[in-house]
Amino acid sequence: MSQGYDRGAVESFGRWREFSAGMWAWILHKFTGWILVGYLFTHIAVLSTATGGETMYTTTLQGLEELLIVRFLEIGLLAVAVFHILNGIRLLFVDLGLGLTAQDRSFYASLVLTAAITVASIPTFLGGAL
Amino acid sequence: MADHYSSFERGGRRWLLQRITAVFLIGVLAFHFVLLHFVNHAAEIEFAGNHAAEIEFAGTQARMQNVGYFSLMWTFLVTATFHGVNGVYNALINQGLEGTQKKVVAAVLTIASLLLILQGTRVALVMSGVL
Repeated sequence: MSQGYDRGAVESFGRWREFSAGMWAWILHKFTGWILVGYLFTHIAVLSTATGGETMYTTTLQGLEELLIVRFLEIGLLAVAVFHILNGIRLLFVDLGLGLTAQDRSFYASLVLTAAITVASIPTFLGGAL
Repeated sequence: MADHYSSFERGGRRWLLQRITAVFLIGVLAFHFVLLHFVNHAAEIEFAGNHAAEIEFAGTQARMQNVGYFSLMWTFLVTATFHGVNGVYNALINQGLEGTQKKVVAAVLTIASLLLILQGTRVALVMSGVL
């Protein structure tokens, strides 16, 4: 059985130096989750231009892709999604009681893998834009 | 023994559904990103001078007319909405939301979810040519 743990309030950010790997994982999972759910609503709003006709959909999406800032935001979104997925897999293992003693190392592995995948994706996202 | 961090009350129905949708979303979100950004990358437009590869409604429609793809994307919409909104709700409860505020937030989030699923379904039907 897992035991109770008083992790204190997240609002007490002044004590961030005391945060453990698990606490950082918890904060980052929340942070990336908020971004992803916000993006979900935005994504459906943008795709809704399809209800205004083929031309509106095509010109809106092509117009967005022409903006360099959108390309950078796409890289950021990929980083957020990859971390949420990898840390989510880690959480599923924690919930199953597997690898509990390595939960800090698996968090660091999630960060390293997220960084590697994000860096590797940069040529694809910025292709032709710079 | 390692400490357990979770915003959820363990063993509850929403806790279980959050995990089940998570397992589904791990695969589908990765598939969605790879297909639409690495296989058919939206950005391959005027910059690359490759007009054949640019994003356009026809490409979206071709994918959405495939029943299997349509079903996957609609299930993606429903599970992602549940997982995201349920996650937000639990994060707020974890921060001390209770009483009337909790009921109001639950109602607002439920309505927002239903509207998102309704609009997403409408968009999917337009994309597939049904509407």
